Amino acid sequence: MSGVHIIALISALATLTVIVELSRRRQLREKYAVVWLGVCVVVAVIAIAPGLFNHAAHAMGVISPPDLLTVLAALFLLVVCVYLSWELGRMEDKTRLLAEEVALLRNGIEELRPPDGALANDASGPSDDSEPGS
Amino acid sequence: MELDTDVLVVIPAYNEADSVGAVVTEVLEAAPKVHVLVVDDASTDTTAILARNAGAQVVTNVFNLGVGGAMRVGFRYAAAKGYRAMIQVDGDGQHDAHDVGRLLEPLDDRPEPMVSIGARFAGQGDYDAPRARRWAMHLLAWYLSRVTHVHLTDVTSGFRAHNRAAIELFARTYPADYLADTVESLVIASEAGGTVVQVPVSMRSRTGGAPSQSPLRAAVYLVRVALMLTVAVFRRRSVRPPTTEAPS
Repeated sequence: MSGVHIIALISALATLTVIVELSRRRQLREKYAVVWLGVCVVVAVIAIAPGLFNHAAHAMGVISPPDLLTVLAALFLLVVCVYLSWELGRMEDKTRLLAEEVALLRNGIEELRPPDGALANDASGPSDDSEPGS
Repeated sequence: MELDTDVLVVIPAYNEADSVGAVVTEVLEAAPKVHVLVVDDASTDTTAILARNAGAQVVTNVFNLGVGGAMRVGFRYAAAKGYRAMIQVDGDGQHDAHDVGRLLEPLDDRPEPMVSIGARFAGQGDYDAPRARRWAMHLLAWYLSRVTHVHLTDVTSGFRAHNRAAIELFARTYPADYLADTVESLVIASEAGGTVVQVPVSMRSRTGGAPSQSPLRAAVYLVRVALMLTVAVFRRRSVRPPTTEAPS
């Protein structure tokens, strides 16, 4: 096993540890954790048994297996980025919708509140509506 | 349609303290019966207070949503309260509030959406805009005239009236993105079987705020318009059947 493969294996294991720890603390949603765990496993397998990948690359007619690895990695990251932009856009839409809803609800509350602000002062629990003439 | 208590005037305002009070007052002078709603788009100045003092209902956004976002709030407010028509007036005072009646006139209670746009007089409203921006506006007008089958000249105007069907449509679908709000909303209305009409109105220079026109920004604007139209051409045509209600 050459130096490059050892480095790849160590990075895969380190990433694996981080992903597992993050999902254990519920900081990473399962759907994302699964993707990165998959990547870790693939990298680890290639690091441990590089012959396997080289063989597959040659079978596909690729002359230089590392090039294939680079291209695949780039494509994968591209897909991840596009997916994240899409997800971000959806989240923006949802946030916007919530902001609109909050603005309208706040207006509704202000309409319900009596003009003298009695609702805010009346923290003693339920009582009759009219202020006693004290 | 008449200016009555079932008509809502919506004024989107972001830091328009210099003009919003005057705009609300002017609207209420021109049409004393209508209700006025100022959507304060998270202004950092006294816009909300001045608007309320002038006699408007005020909805304050939690954070800045842009004109399109503010109008979405306006449409949803109008839809929830059951207004028969809604008129949009800019908060910077460039629209003459005395024209709201003319804007409302062509609208009726038909079940299809109707939008009437207050457009600057041909010729008279030829205000001094950078060339790139004028190209952009011509391009937009040409495209939307084709989509709506009506000759339109000023499609980015924020001076508009909507009937009840349009209020309900836009409460769900009004686009929030900059530029898309004015332009794409017309496409949405057309695709929903609606009618767009253009009413000539006079425009004034703004009483407050600075016009957002520099050559660079105008060029950026042109590029964005071109991009948006390209996307619009390839956009998936509306698949929802025109008669059914959207899921709530």
